[in-house]
Amino acid sequence: MEDKRSFSDICGGRLALHRRYYSPSCLEFCLSCPRISLRALTAVTCTVWLAAYGLFTLCENSMILSAAIFITLLGLLGYLHFVKIDHETLLIIDSLGIQMTSSYASGKESTTFIEMGKVKDVIINEAIYMQKVIYYLCILLKDPVEPHGISQVVPLFQSAKPRLDCLIEVYRSCQEILAHQKATSTNPFRKPGGDKIISALNSRSHLGGLERYWYHQEGKK
Amino acid sequence: MVLTAFFPTCCASADSGLLVGRWVPEQSSAVVLAVVHFPFIPVQVKELLAQVQQASRVGVAVLGTWCHRRQEPEESLGPFLEGLGALFSHEPWLQLCRERGSKSWSCKATRRQGPAPLAPACEDQVMLIFYDQRKVLLSQLHPPAALPERQAGDATASAGGLAAVFDTVARSEVLFQSDRFDEGPVRLTHWQSEGMEASILVELAKRAAGPVCLLLACLLSLVSTASACRVFRLWPLSFIWSKLSTCEQLRHRLDQLALIVSTHRAEGPAQLMRKANTLVSVLLDMALGLLLLSWLHRKDRFAQLAEALVPVADRVAEELQHLLQWLMGAPAGLKMNRALDQVLGRFFLYHIHLWISYIHLMSPFIEHILWHLGLSACLGLTVALSILSDIISLLTFHIYCFYVYGARLYCLKIHGLSSLWRLFRGKKWNVLRQRVDSCSYDLDQLFIGTLLFTILIFLLPTTALYYLVFTLLRLLVVTVQGLVHLLVDLINSLPLYSLGLRLCRPYRLAAGVKFRVLEHEAGRPLRLLMQINPLPFSHVVRTYRLPSCGCHPKHSWGSLCRKLFFGELIYPWRQRGDKQD
Repeated sequence: MEDKRSFSDICGGRLALHRRYYSPSCLEFCLSCPRISLRALTAVTCTVWLAAYGLFTLCENSMILSAAIFITLLGLLGYLHFVKIDHETLLIIDSLGIQMTSSYASGKESTTFIEMGKVKDVIINEAIYMQKVIYYLCILLKDPVEPHGISQVVPLFQSAKPRLDCLIEVYRSCQEILAHQKATSTNPFRKPGGDKIISALNSRSHLGGLERYWYHQEGKK
Repeated sequence: MVLTAFFPTCCASADSGLLVGRWVPEQSSAVVLAVVHFPFIPVQVKELLAQVQQASRVGVAVLGTWCHRRQEPEESLGPFLEGLGALFSHEPWLQLCRERGSKSWSCKATRRQGPAPLAPACEDQVMLIFYDQRKVLLSQLHPPAALPERQAGDATASAGGLAAVFDTVARSEVLFQSDRFDEGPVRLTHWQSEGMEASILVELAKRAAGPVCLLLACLLSLVSTASACRVFRLWPLSFIWSKLSTCEQLRHRLDQLALIVSTHRAEGPAQLMRKANTLVSVLLDMALGLLLLSWLHRKDRFAQLAEALVPVADRVAEELQHLLQWLMGAPAGLKMNRALDQVLGRFFLYHIHLWISYIHLMSPFIEHILWHLGLSACLGLTVALSILSDIISLLTFHIYCFYVYGARLYCLKIHGLSSLWRLFRGKKWNVLRQRVDSCSYDLDQLFIGTLLFTILIFLLPTTALYYLVFTLLRLLVVTVQGLVHLLVDLINSLPLYSLGLRLCRPYRLAAGVKFRVLEHEAGRPLRLLMQINPLPFSHVVRTYRLPSCGCHPKHSWGSLCRKLFFGELIYPWRQRGDKQD
């Protein structure tokens, strides 16, 4: 069962959220980021080449022009392969775990898989980023030493940066699956309800700034 | 209840039979290792499983049935398969079925709810996860999960769910030893059933490795006993050995070679990787060294180098003389104290004159020395670089001497100034209490102290300038030597075998797994493909870095600046085990 809706990110670009429902225990969300804009690309290329031409008129060395072309090409290839993310996918499988995949514009994919035994909860968190307050979805990982503690916070959809409406959609579906998983889990050490008190925190989010924990309670029915 | 079944991709096209594998109750997952085909004798199957269980300490059992049928379902197969469930009882009993030529699978897992054989059975949902058996067998998870020691009987489950799957497949290697050409009683399908995987080169290398290692170990023990001889422990020689970086590098290489040719088997995968990395690093080093040697010999470069060396040393000495003449005049417009200036300047000029004579004395022998030193490049590029670094330090020995003189003088002056400044203010350094205390001085003490203080402070700019100039020169030499040492360190510690493995066989070094959902139809079980997520290159280097000589600067920038200000001698590249000055 496939579903497609469009949202916007924190800068106003258009995002598309694909939701694929495979079974009650398996769900996939694919968030596509805005494409590389031709205007920005042209502007950067023109700037670099004008600067190179300016240097050429000063130095009368034609190597500068070929070097500028080379640099532009390499820079574009490097940008497409290492920086520009095309779409981000979140795959939740009930008894196995949560997988995040980022696909770059050149086709490279980088995947992280977190086993369900390490996942404590999925929450929406609030952060102050420069002059904005933004919301982001993150996974809380259990601390192996302390049963009620949190060892790490893993943020999701860091390149797409969707707004709250999109995050609520994803959050609701994740919570359904996690609740389903907790209900059918045979693990005697798993807590039955959602214990939302966080005692220790070791945040690794690169969004930085001050962070306050905020639970979107109206999503929990 | 959702049950996960890990199914090898090689068995997806196998004929019908029994599923053999391990059941992990904690994660309610079944890891299928092989398929036993019809016809078979149940007693022989049970014997085989018992053998495998004893050899590998993995709880291998019959998990269920596998049915790969044609378009028309065979009615006789149904009750036959259910009858097998009674023969090999296992909770839960899996029944996987696939239609030949299509992608539709059906899975059923039945579990009896009570102890009695006629208790009602409940069905669970099954999720199929395909995995490449060969890759999972050969790969190694990073970080390695802390597995308990092998105990008798069923192996206890390991920490992570997926680590249990990897562990099961890796330990069941004995199950995969027979292929379909063997005349065994039981016919199995697994990743090696089409034929055992082996390589002639690897087998030959294994056979040859034993005697070669023994021979090399004998040679190495001879060399190490010769070097541990009493003669080398006497004072002048031991002092020289400890200062030369070449000896340190040779010792390091000897240790590494001893590790490679040692006749003990490697304990675990980490030890094996370290041995392999060391071997590749030594071989590359020797290859680069031989390349350098052949390049040096090609155009008679030794003679060119020897001819160029003496004029270069002369030129350096000449530049130093000019520098000193400049300092003795009015350097940068500053006015120096003429008397002290002349004394220091003449002192250093005489040293340079001695040095030039020494170089000229050595000049006929330089070519021969260089040729013999160049031969040592066949021991490795790192040895050649260490010799280069030692030659640099020998050639700039006079700069080092000047730095020491300047630093000592400056240090003395600074200490004198600080203590006389305290006297000027009526205080004293209390050695017992390690603090500054007030003290009442006599008038003549104060008078002499103030006089000395003024003398020292007016002579400070001259000394400070000499110290500054020679410290800068010394830092320049130290930087050049440091770069050479960095290169040597890089060659020593880079794990080339691991990097090559990551490049060519990325599934061997696994950081984790990744899943892909395969074509899904409503009503059919969910099928996923599990692939290995390889370790990033930076993690590979960090995990498998070889230990290097350990010549890292021990000072932070702050302490370095402090030492420079107070005139204490700095030795940024001090070797391990040297006494602190």
